[in-house]
Amino acid sequence: MEDKTNGGGRGQILLEMKDIHIEGFSDETWHPMIKGVDLTLRRGEVLGLIGESGAGKSTLGKAAMGYTQPGCRLTGGSIMFDGMDLTRISRAQSKALWGTRIAYVAQSAAASFNPAHRLIDQTIRAANRARLRPEEDSRADAVELYTKLQLAAPETIGQRYPHQVSGGQLQRIMTAMAMSPRPDLIIFDEPTTALDVTTQVEVLSAMRSIVDEFDTAAIYITHDLAVVSQMADVIKVLRHGEEIEEAATTQMLTAPEEPYTKSLWSVRALEKPEETSADTILSVENIEAAYGATKVLNDVTIKVPRGRTVAVVGESGSGKSTVARVICGLLPQSRGQVSFNGQALPPALKDRSIDQLRRVQMIYQSADTAMNPRQTVGEIIGRPLEFYQGLTGSARDRRVIEMLKMIELDERFFDRLPSELSGGQKQRICIARALAAEPDLIICDEVTSALDQIVQEGILKLLLKLQKDLGISYLFITHDIAVVKAISDEIVVMYQGEVVEQGPKNQILEPPHPAYTDLLLSSVPQMDPNWLSNLLEEREAAVK
Amino acid sequence: MTEPSSPYSATSETGQTFKRRGRWERMKIALKKAPWSARLGMFVVFIYFFTAIFAPMIAPYGEAQVFPEPFAIWSAEHLLGTDQIGRDVFTRIIYGARNSMGIALVTTLLSFFIGGGLGLVAAIDRHWVDQGLSRMVDVLMAIPSLIFALMLLSIFGSSALNLILIIAVLDSTRVYRLTRAVAINVAVMDYVEVARLRGDGLGWIMRREILPNIMPPLVAEFGIRFCFVFLMIAALSFLGVGIQPPTADWGSMVRENASLIQFAKYDLKAAITPLLPAGAIAVLTVAVNFIVDWFLHQTSGLRDGR
Repeated sequence: MEDKTNGGGRGQILLEMKDIHIEGFSDETWHPMIKGVDLTLRRGEVLGLIGESGAGKSTLGKAAMGYTQPGCRLTGGSIMFDGMDLTRISRAQSKALWGTRIAYVAQSAAASFNPAHRLIDQTIRAANRARLRPEEDSRADAVELYTKLQLAAPETIGQRYPHQVSGGQLQRIMTAMAMSPRPDLIIFDEPTTALDVTTQVEVLSAMRSIVDEFDTAAIYITHDLAVVSQMADVIKVLRHGEEIEEAATTQMLTAPEEPYTKSLWSVRALEKPEETSADTILSVENIEAAYGATKVLNDVTIKVPRGRTVAVVGESGSGKSTVARVICGLLPQSRGQVSFNGQALPPALKDRSIDQLRRVQMIYQSADTAMNPRQTVGEIIGRPLEFYQGLTGSARDRRVIEMLKMIELDERFFDRLPSELSGGQKQRICIARALAAEPDLIICDEVTSALDQIVQEGILKLLLKLQKDLGISYLFITHDIAVVKAISDEIVVMYQGEVVEQGPKNQILEPPHPAYTDLLLSSVPQMDPNWLSNLLEEREAAVK
Repeated sequence: MTEPSSPYSATSETGQTFKRRGRWERMKIALKKAPWSARLGMFVVFIYFFTAIFAPMIAPYGEAQVFPEPFAIWSAEHLLGTDQIGRDVFTRIIYGARNSMGIALVTTLLSFFIGGGLGLVAAIDRHWVDQGLSRMVDVLMAIPSLIFALMLLSIFGSSALNLILIIAVLDSTRVYRLTRAVAINVAVMDYVEVARLRGDGLGWIMRREILPNIMPPLVAEFGIRFCFVFLMIAALSFLGVGIQPPTADWGSMVRENASLIQFAKYDLKAAITPLLPAGAIAVLTVAVNFIVDWFLHQTSGLRDGR
């Protein structure tokens, strides 16, 4: 291992996986997860793996290290890494490879660091363990890597503990950790998915420049096409454990061949024509709210027109979800007023009448935690019918089935438990539960951000259709500008607990913008491989 | 729904691969895969309950029937001999299963009803109700429960009803703590918030939204608490304030015949006699723990990597 370099030259085949078959154990039997996928990676090349969740992209990425997670097994195929067959080498040999020659960057950096050790000690651990170079050199090198990754205060940041830095910084330090032993191959598993768009840009550019600089081969796993097109030289599309197609990035973006790939591309084209309405259903006036002593909302005023959609955008911590909590009565405001249908709503939940509760419904980001895992779909949708409309027995069941049809599912789902549904179906059930109350306003809190692109599109179309049919108003909280374009009539931009601006969609999206709106909008990844380079150039020029 | 070329439709989207099984079928599969320890535990518990229920039919004599010869040796007539006033030991062990286990079961159920109910209320209403209840429980727990029970029983008198009530209240503090701890994790879930936003009352949220999701740890705790209650009753009986004669009970049987142990050098069988009810308690405790261990392993998701 001593003479390990990135030698061998660019363009030589580093990793070759042939006819990979992986099975996963669930429900007492083994099910195929990866069904015969080939993968070839050359030195210095970045391969993007994309696909919806359950496509097997993470499983395949881990298999590239010769690793299968508990509950999975490799049943066929070979993994040649630099002349070694990773399926045949011993556990000890693979452990010597992991962390030093093959590194892994996980989605949740917070969960991947040990909270009890300083960051720099964790950064150089792999290099130390393999005794690649003296510890002092590794420390100096780590500081250099921090500098290259554009971390603030590179000399001292390593002395901190994981909880003392932000998510974006942690993700970059994790990249430094992966890079420290100068691996031949890095596997990035959705490294920016948990970050805000504005942070994502910084992390992406840092990761890309360092991968370029050391000419490291990488596999970049994500479900975000725009992100992958910034990073990858080659893109491979997976679905249901099978390869759909593989092509160079530019070719993949301009001329995808398979209908499935095309459909992935089309999602972002969804756009609702803007409509206005003078009739206001909900108005939030000069709201102030605090969690204990921390003030989170300051003089927030938002108006929602009847039968229209208002999108609230902003990064995490901007207070957009808190607005929803105030409107629902979960967090009574300390100042200001919430009016609904021209009537003031009591601040506290317990003071509101059943009818007031019925008219405002909420849909959550994570449908998993929003449904009781021990209740069937029929019970989940049936409860509001029973509670608000007093329907019981077969009348209730009939109505539940009508609701299921309304959300494009059918009576086969009546007896299922949430664990037996896919992500998109779960979110649809949550929508049906909200609809069952026959509300005037639905607050959607990041309802599509946990879903794959293609499922997102289905949910957004459903919401639009329901609005058209039933005249419901939406307050749509999101950080995804593509979603905003698809669904909203008006936009509210929030930053640090205050409203930056509110107005009709086209007016907000057209320049000129206030500085923060500009930063937010320009940070949204575009389906253009040169987008990130152009953006960075522009920002640099603006600074000078 | 969309243009026909779209490969996406909500109904065709498959969830995780699953086969829907009824409750019975799932239980049968789980039983089939149970380790030997759990099977043994279930077998033992089954025998105990069988004995308890059919005690009058199995026992050769009456519960309080006195024979002329006290401290009789083991014989065909008196399988395990007789005790200090001439009652058949074998018969009393069988009846003891009924009394000791019956009272322990009722006590445990009651303590879960009290502790579980209050724990759920505290977990949902995190303000003064939680504070008040939790501090009260702290006070109760600060006093060693055996001493406290002894004291209360000597104040109120040791009837079976008092015994049940006192031990149930003392034991419910532990149940309260557990229920509150696990219910808090569930009470912050979005679906509980959904129910609150809907206007559902405390009762609904407790019974329908939270309770079904915390059943596994509670059931496991039930098994363990049952053992502790059982031991506590035995200990109190041994001390003379538990189940009163002539009702047969394993704890008091140990005390009444304890002096026989001294005769071990003359007659080993006689010396074993007072240890038999103690052994019965020990075997039941181990058996219940075998089952609980297996159950916890099943439901907690603590699986070894395959």
